[in-house]
Amino acid sequence: MKTLGSYLLFLNTLIRRGESFRILFNRTMDEAILIGINSVFIVGIVSTFIGAVTCVQISYNLTNALIPRSTIGFMVREMTILELAPTITSIVLAGKVGSNIAGGLGTMRITEQIDALEVMGINSASYLVLPKIIASLLMFPLLVILAMTLSILGGYVAGSLSGALSAQEYVEGLRSEFIPYNIVFALIKSFVFAFLISSISSYLGYNTKGGALEVGAASTKAVTNSIIAVLIADFVCAYVLL
Amino acid sequence: MIEIHNIQKSFNGVKVLNGISGIFESGRTNLLLGASGTGKSVLLQCIVGLIKPDLGSITYDGKVFTNNKLDLKQEIRRKIGMLFQGSALFDSMNVEENVEFPLRMLTKMGREERRERVEFCLKRVGLENAGKKMPSEISGGMKKRVGIARAIAPNSRYLFCDEPNSGLDPLTAIKIDELIYELTKEYDITTVIVTHDMNSVMEIGDNIMFLHKGNKLWEGGREEIMDTSVPELKEFIFASSLMRAAKKVDEELGSLDELSTIQTNREPEEEKPQE
Repeated sequence: MKTLGSYLLFLNTLIRRGESFRILFNRTMDEAILIGINSVFIVGIVSTFIGAVTCVQISYNLTNALIPRSTIGFMVREMTILELAPTITSIVLAGKVGSNIAGGLGTMRITEQIDALEVMGINSASYLVLPKIIASLLMFPLLVILAMTLSILGGYVAGSLSGALSAQEYVEGLRSEFIPYNIVFALIKSFVFAFLISSISSYLGYNTKGGALEVGAASTKAVTNSIIAVLIADFVCAYVLL
Repeated sequence: MIEIHNIQKSFNGVKVLNGISGIFESGRTNLLLGASGTGKSVLLQCIVGLIKPDLGSITYDGKVFTNNKLDLKQEIRRKIGMLFQGSALFDSMNVEENVEFPLRMLTKMGREERRERVEFCLKRVGLENAGKKMPSEISGGMKKRVGIARAIAPNSRYLFCDEPNSGLDPLTAIKIDELIYELTKEYDITTVIVTHDMNSVMEIGDNIMFLHKGNKLWEGGREEIMDTSVPELKEFIFASSLMRAAKKVDEELGSLDELSTIQTNREPEEEKPQE
């Protein structure tokens, strides 16, 4: 409870006496490049292969002759949009972005760079952390959309190359019984996950005490706590929104 | 001028500062002297507002800093420059950007004006050719110089230095001390330096406050420190074999007085207009 209270107070400091809009905008753009653009490669690789593997494994399990092969495309689409793209992408980003945020802020803390900002009269939390959270909120949904696209494409390529189903059957499956709300649901989840990962990692990094060992510990803790928070939020979102 | 009155601070029930009072005048280098763990850095952090004292008051040129409104605190903080023990340069910025940072954040200077000020500050600390280098590419002494340039860039009225020559070779340490001393005189800044280096004391200590176990035991100038009767300060001063040897020579030849005289007869700096 004490940690939760401290976390909430930390979030409160982000919005108190913030810097000017111009500074916030510039810092957010810098962070968006670090968080978003630099994560495109890993998100692309992971989601493409997840789509491919999902397609091949569904095909392997779908042995009943009465079930049309196009069901594979339908299942890849549903799994990708509802769960794999937002959740797996967020877990990957918790590892990449979360550790980066916690490590960066932790290092700034132990090398007195955060103190230097405070002495200058700058709200260090607002200056350093708020742009990271805003950039995450902007970039995570875009990365999730990218992951959805690549995952479905990965399934298409894997299905065609393995001969599990024809391209026509796959596309037919993709287009059947499509519910647009599922996309909205996935994007809502990505917003929630973005906030949790960036704020938890920032909180742990910002409050690092000690030396290099503690920075490493803060990074590890940031990743594990973010993943746990993402999984809990995933269940809550599914329960509340579906 | 900075005035501190009855500053007290405890951590987990352990008293670190036990009612410290004093005045740090402008245009003078004020040293907080003491062994490790005596509360010097904690006192400095209380003065700059990084730690809130349990009790006591701090005023900057008559304006109360402790327990005051955030806006007024910010106003005072924007006149503070600080050189940290590890320099605390921003890793992601080069030397020029580090010096420019407070100008960009705290002033309304235009791009060209900022560039000129950065150039001036870097030249003043002797780093006019290092502007494009990253902090990881420069030596410890250069980092301290960049830290000083960043601290004075926004025309700071108060300069705080936390062990400015720790980790530096003696020659570089003296140069850093001299630079701080010159800047203090040149711009009439109120400078407070945390140190446990006796070289610094003898070089630049206009006003020295000796702390021991969270208490102020002695205060005076560098010309008086050798004649102290405070046992803890005596023990601190003569802890090194060099100072013991100097003391021995003094006892035999009376030359220690001469040493003090040499240090105190520094020629006064010429007054220069503030940039």
